[in-house]
Amino acid sequence: MAANNIKHALFCAVITLVISYPILGLNLVADGAVVYLEGATTFTVVSVFLAAVVVFLFQLFRDDIMARLGFISRLNPLSGRDPMPQQKRAKLESWVLTGIIVLALFWPFFVSRGSVDLATLVLIYIMLALGLNVVVGLAGLLDLGYVAFYAVGAYTFALLSQYAGFSFWMALPIGACLAALFGLVLGFPVLRLRGDYLAIVTLGFGEIIRILLNNWTNLTGGPNGIGGIPEPTLFGMEFGRRIKEEGNTSFHETLGIAYASEHKVIFLYLIALVLAVITGLIIRRFMRMPVGRAWEALREDEIAARSLGLSRTAVKLSAFTIGAFFAGFAGTVFASKQGFISPESFVFLESAIVLAIVVLGGMGSQIGVILAAIAVTILPELAREFSDYRMLVFGAAMVLMMVWRPQGLLPMRRIHIELGKQG
Amino acid sequence: MQDLLYFFQQLINGLTIGSTYALIAIGYTMVYGIIGMINFAHGEIYMIGAYTALIAITGLATLGITWLPIVLLVALICAVIVSSSMGWAVERVAYRPVRGRHRLIPLISAIGMSIFLQNYVHLAQGSRNIGFPALIEGGFQLGSEDTFPLSISYIQITIFITTLICMTALSTFIARSRTGRACRAVSQDLGMASLLGIDTNRIISATFVIGAALAAVAGLLLGMYYGSVDPLFGFIAGLKAFTAAVLGGIGSIPGAMLGGLILGVAESMTSGYLSGEYKDVVSFGLLILILLFKPTGLLGKPEVEKI
Repeated sequence: MAANNIKHALFCAVITLVISYPILGLNLVADGAVVYLEGATTFTVVSVFLAAVVVFLFQLFRDDIMARLGFISRLNPLSGRDPMPQQKRAKLESWVLTGIIVLALFWPFFVSRGSVDLATLVLIYIMLALGLNVVVGLAGLLDLGYVAFYAVGAYTFALLSQYAGFSFWMALPIGACLAALFGLVLGFPVLRLRGDYLAIVTLGFGEIIRILLNNWTNLTGGPNGIGGIPEPTLFGMEFGRRIKEEGNTSFHETLGIAYASEHKVIFLYLIALVLAVITGLIIRRFMRMPVGRAWEALREDEIAARSLGLSRTAVKLSAFTIGAFFAGFAGTVFASKQGFISPESFVFLESAIVLAIVVLGGMGSQIGVILAAIAVTILPELAREFSDYRMLVFGAAMVLMMVWRPQGLLPMRRIHIELGKQG
Repeated sequence: MQDLLYFFQQLINGLTIGSTYALIAIGYTMVYGIIGMINFAHGEIYMIGAYTALIAITGLATLGITWLPIVLLVALICAVIVSSSMGWAVERVAYRPVRGRHRLIPLISAIGMSIFLQNYVHLAQGSRNIGFPALIEGGFQLGSEDTFPLSISYIQITIFITTLICMTALSTFIARSRTGRACRAVSQDLGMASLLGIDTNRIISATFVIGAALAAVAGLLLGMYYGSVDPLFGFIAGLKAFTAAVLGGIGSIPGAMLGGLILGVAESMTSGYLSGEYKDVVSFGLLILILLFKPTGLLGKPEVEKI
C-alpha cells in the first residue's frame, strides 16, 4: 500500500511539473516578428517546484489529511445547532432586508462619486443575477447566453433614443419586454433540449447576437457602438448643467440649488436601487406562486413533475421569459449609466460572471445571490493590483464550489409550513 | 471554369479546417460517449497544446536546431505530453469529484475550469497573439495564372495526412486493443463494465488523455496554419469542434470526423461566397438547427430515457 502511495504521489508531482513548468516557466516574448523564449523569474520557478512538492506530500498523506479535515468541520459551533424556527427566521430576514434598503437609500449622500458609480454597477449585476437565478437556480436551465438579453435591452434603448428620441422611462418597459419576447421566441424551440445541449445552444445564440451587433454597421454602428444615450429624467427635469431637450427643465434650477455633477450619479444609483428592489420583490412573489413551485418541481424531477400534469414547455418558457425580461431591464439601466454601448460589453465572459455570481451565492437563494453580486463586483475594485487575477479566481472558485459546496455559500431554504407536533 | 475552380479552392480550404475540427471533436465525443458530460475545457487544452508546441519550436530555434523533421517531432511530442497531462489533471481535479451528480454540476465545473485555464495562460504568457513560425511553406498550383489558379499548400496536405493517420490509429486502437475494448464497454454501460472487473476510473482517465493528445496535434497543425496563437484561440475552436461532434452525432467517432468535415466546408463556403464575418453565425446556426431537428446528429444513436 505504502509503495503504491509513493508511486501515485510521485506521478501526481511529475504531472504538476509538466503542466505548470512549460507554461509558467518559459515565457514567449514577441519582439516585432521575432519570437524568443525567456526564463521566468526565480520566484516563479521555485513556486512551480514547491507546488510539485506540496502535491507530492498531499498525495502521500492524503488519507490522514482528509481525516483531519473532517475534524475541522466538527469544530464549527454552528454545525450542531438546530435551524432557527421558520417564522422567527422569516421575520428576521425581512427586518434585515428593510434595514439594508433604508441604509442603501441614504448611503450615497455621504460617500464619494466613484463609490456611488460602482454601487450602481453592483445593482445592475444584482438585477442580472436575480434574473439568471430564476432560470438557472430555480428552473435548473443552464443559460450561457444570458448576456444576449442584456444586450437586447441596452441596444433597444440606444436605438430608440437615437432614431426615435425615446426617453429612458419610455424605453425601459419596451427594452425589457423586447428582451422577454426574444427569450420567448428563442426559448420556444430550444427548451425541449436536455440540460447540457440547452447550455450550448444558448451560448451559440449569445454569440450570434454579438456577431450581428458587431457586423450590422448601418444600424448598430458595429464595433464603434452607439453613443449619446440620454440619462433618465425626473418628471421632465434633466440633470445636466444645460438642458438638452426642448420642454424639459433642469433639476438644479427648478429646486433652486447649485449645480453639482453628483446629482446625476446619485439619481442613477437611486433608480437602479429601486429597480433592483422591484426585481427582487417580483421574483420573490413568483417563487411563492404556483409557477415558482412548478419551476423547482421540474428542476428536481422532470418525469415526476410531468406526470403530475405540469406542462414542461409552459413552465420552462415562463422561467426563461421572466429571466430575459429582467436582463432587458438591467440592460436599459446599463445603457443609460454608460451613455455609450458597444458589442464589447456583451461578450461571453459577462454571461460567465453572472453565472459565477449565481453559483457562488447559492442557486435559488436570493440573499446569497445579492451578497455574491456585491462581493464579486467590489472585491476586484478593492484589490486593484490583483485585478488581473479576477477571472482566474472566478474560474477556480466555480470549480471548487461545484466540488465542495454545489448548493452555494448561502443555500436556498425552502419555504414550507411545519406541522404542529402531535400529542 | 473559373467558378468551378473557386468552388474547389473553398472546398479544399474547408476540408483542411474541417479535419482539424474533427481532431478536436474526438475529445468531446469520446468523453460524452462515456460519462455523458460536455468537457467545456477541451478547447483550452487544445490552446495549451498549441502554446506548448510554439514554446518547443522557439526553444529548439534558440538551441540552433532547425532541421524540420526533428523540430516537428519534438514540438508534437511536447505538445502531446503537456496537453495529455493537462487533460488527466483536469479530469482528476474538476470532474471526478462531481461525477454522477446532477447534470448541471459537472458542466458548471467545466466552465469554471475553462475560464481558469484561459486566464492561466493569459497571465503566464500575455494576452497578445504571438506569431507562430510557418515551418512548412510553399505549395503547388493547378491551372494557369490568367484564370483562377487552384493552390494547395504543403501545410494543407500535411494537415490532411496527419489527421488521416491519427484517425486511422484511433479507430484501430478502439477496435483492436484491450483498452479500446474496455472503452467501448464502459461507454455502453458503465455500471456493468465495472461489475465485470474493468477499472472504469482508468478508462475514463484514458479517454481524457486520448482526447487531449489529439487536441494537441490539432493545436500544432492549426498554429502553423493560422500563423499565430493567443489565449482565446481555444474558445471558439472548441465551440466549433463541439458543433462538429453534435453534427455527426455525439458519442460516435466516425460521426465526429464527418461532422468536422461538413462544418469546415460549410464555413469556408460562407466566407467564400458571403462574408467572412458571418462564418461563426453559420456554424452556430447549424448547431441550433441540428439540435432542434435531429438532436442525435447524423450518425448518432437515439438516446433512450430510462426511468
